[in-house]
Amino acid sequence: MPEKTEKQIVFDKVKDTPPLAVSLYTMDYNKTGSWRNVRPVIDYEKCTGCMTCWKFCPEPAIDAEKYEEDGKEKYKPVIDYEYCKGCGICWVECPVEGAIYTEEEGE
Amino acid sequence: MKLTIPEEEIMGHGHLACQGCGGALAMRYTLKTLGRNTVLSVPACCWSVIDGPFPHSAVNIPVFHTAFEAAASTASGIKAGFEIQGKDVNVVAWAGDGGTYDIGIQALSGAAERNDDILYICYDNEAYMNTGVQRSGSTPLKAWTTTTPVAHPKDRPKKDLISIMAAHRMPYIATASVAYPEDLTEKLEKAKSIKGTRFLLIFSPCPPGWRADPKNTVKLARLAVETKVFNLLEIENGLDWRITKKIRKPKPVIEYLKLQGRFRHLTEDDVSLIQENVEKEWNILMNKVGE
Amino acid sequence: MRKVMIGNHALSYGAKISRAQVIPAYPITPQTEVVELLSEMCANGEMDAKFIKVESEHSAMTASIGASATGARVFTATSAQGLALMHEVLHWAVGARTPIVMGNINRAMAPPWTIWTEQTDSLAQRDTGWMQLYAQNSQEVLDSVIQAYKVAEAVQIPAMVILAAFVLSHTSEAVELPEQGKVDEFLPPYEPEYRIDPANPHAFGGLTGPDGYFELRYQIQKAIEDALPKWDEVGAEFGEVFGRKYGLIETYKVEDAKNLIISSATLASTARTAVDTLREKGEKVGLLRIRIFRPFPSAQIRSILSSVDRAVVVDRNISFGASGIFYQEVKAAVYNEKNPPPIFGVIAGIGGRDVTKKDIIDIYEDIMRMDEPKSDIIWKGVRL
Repeated sequence: MPEKTEKQIVFDKVKDTPPLAVSLYTMDYNKTGSWRNVRPVIDYEKCTGCMTCWKFCPEPAIDAEKYEEDGKEKYKPVIDYEYCKGCGICWVECPVEGAIYTEEEGE
Repeated sequence: MKLTIPEEEIMGHGHLACQGCGGALAMRYTLKTLGRNTVLSVPACCWSVIDGPFPHSAVNIPVFHTAFEAAASTASGIKAGFEIQGKDVNVVAWAGDGGTYDIGIQALSGAAERNDDILYICYDNEAYMNTGVQRSGSTPLKAWTTTTPVAHPKDRPKKDLISIMAAHRMPYIATASVAYPEDLTEKLEKAKSIKGTRFLLIFSPCPPGWRADPKNTVKLARLAVETKVFNLLEIENGLDWRITKKIRKPKPVIEYLKLQGRFRHLTEDDVSLIQENVEKEWNILMNKVGE
Repeated sequence: MRKVMIGNHALSYGAKISRAQVIPAYPITPQTEVVELLSEMCANGEMDAKFIKVESEHSAMTASIGASATGARVFTATSAQGLALMHEVLHWAVGARTPIVMGNINRAMAPPWTIWTEQTDSLAQRDTGWMQLYAQNSQEVLDSVIQAYKVAEAVQIPAMVILAAFVLSHTSEAVELPEQGKVDEFLPPYEPEYRIDPANPHAFGGLTGPDGYFELRYQIQKAIEDALPKWDEVGAEFGEVFGRKYGLIETYKVEDAKNLIISSATLASTARTAVDTLREKGEKVGLLRIRIFRPFPSAQIRSILSSVDRAVVVDRNISFGASGIFYQEVKAAVYNEKNPPPIFGVIAGIGGRDVTKKDIIDIYEDIMRMDEPKSDIIWKGVRL
């Protein structure tokens, strides 16, 4: 399986380079959170756990966290700011008024 | 609440898609549904870049990058290679609209006519986006692109690729949209269960190319369906056409057009022309559906 | 077992006996017999292989690349226009390091439409990185397919086995079919280091910038350089197992030769008979046939040329604006030597015009009358 790395891999010498352009690592090193101008924030007081935001995230940068409540399996969306590019789809698609709001990055 | 689409994420984050990329969403849904026993044949398209630079890859399944016109033929070869070695793998050609409607249509038609056992998926963003928004055979009527400038917007309608594919009498054809992931995953499940050539067209908005706000990707994809600009359907054996998402009260096309900079130059007459064209295409479609 | 077959069928039997597993192919005159026989053998179960009847040569090559990347052994065949249509993806096959073996029937390029032999089609692909082998008879065609897989898979570089249209492709000769068991031992199944495999997922050929591309290209050059001794080694091993030895070049009566005729493919067969006649006339002449053109056997050619007074290269091809292509390469190979012999370049047999033994004798006698090469092209046979 491909490995995770903390930075982009550039092979130092020919002897380290595979014979063809074959991938050996994931893209996890690429912390696309730095692309963000606008930060979506989930208000868990209002969030119903419908997971619409999770569903429509193109990165994916919203995790579906599982938990149990009243013996029932439930999900909670958790935004991964390391990778969220701040496109705002979750904010537009959230069916609950105010459950996701946005902040200017750096506020 | 239950999740309405498969939970497992196969596509990893850190990929190089633009903010709000419809093509990235399409990939995410596709891999969730098809699972890890899947291989992609990817011609020149946004995904040649999105997947990441050598020696990295975002998708965690095998991706074979191939020449622009060769998504289908490369997939046919991959499938034959697996079959002769006794391996059962989902082989998917994953191409943009340029690689499907235009330069790749010959190889696609060849594979469909032979009924090679591959799933061809076109993520359709209606222009050559990776090269900087040039018109393709999929670009809609009156749209701006860098090769159909505002003074001469596209003077021809979007190519009716679905009818071309239907003429191959292939086992399964469907259209889908990133705004309707449940419908999309259902169609992918169905496509996966069928042998022979299957074709899936996924409507995938491109914020930079459409001069649209990235936050509106899903909204635009939904509006395209609600205005009947893009209809969700499936076709079995090229003859049995079925609408999978019926729109009772279609919205006027202007609702869809006004959110996109590529249509900002439209006059009222242009909008009427587009509306008329939508009605005309709908009637042609209804004839095929038999309603 | 001996079997009478045309050169094209020698390609088909070569693919069969090498246990090719996937054959994507598109018909083109004069290649059709190759794929007709293969499709029949795939259909009747004589071969355990998938034949993909693609809609173009471009798709034939891309399907070949895809299949090869899964670890299958792949064969295809084409000619002239078909090969030219593949051009883009011939590069792809090399960059993807897929050891496909392809037959190419040398046919002149259109327009005007023509189907007769000339080598410009394959020589125009010389910089793609494909190995190129020019065969002179059907036995060599069949034997070379087996050797080509062995070399190609060892160095992960695809190879073309090339034969002259009609002169070889459609000429019947008796061919010794090697025993399958012995071939299986000589050529074990293909096991690539990297293959498309969902259990071990990789992306192949992803975007690569200036910080990575150079090293990948360097490795292609090193691999094809490694193939040079490999062809010799494999040709010698083939000789031990099957009784027919092959090398990068073939020499005939060069030991005491003062003058050398250099050529390739079936032209070299004709030149061999010319050498015999010239020898009877007392000429100290020998023949050098270039069998492997890519990788180019420069050192071997230099070593033969070091002991001769003059040489003539007979080319059935032309690089417009320059000269015959074998001529260019031979000249380049000896340029840095201390006292290289004068090398004369002759263009003959373009578009399949017949080149007879008498033509070769005339060529030889003409150049013997010249003091030195006055231009890069001496035309033979064109009606001026």
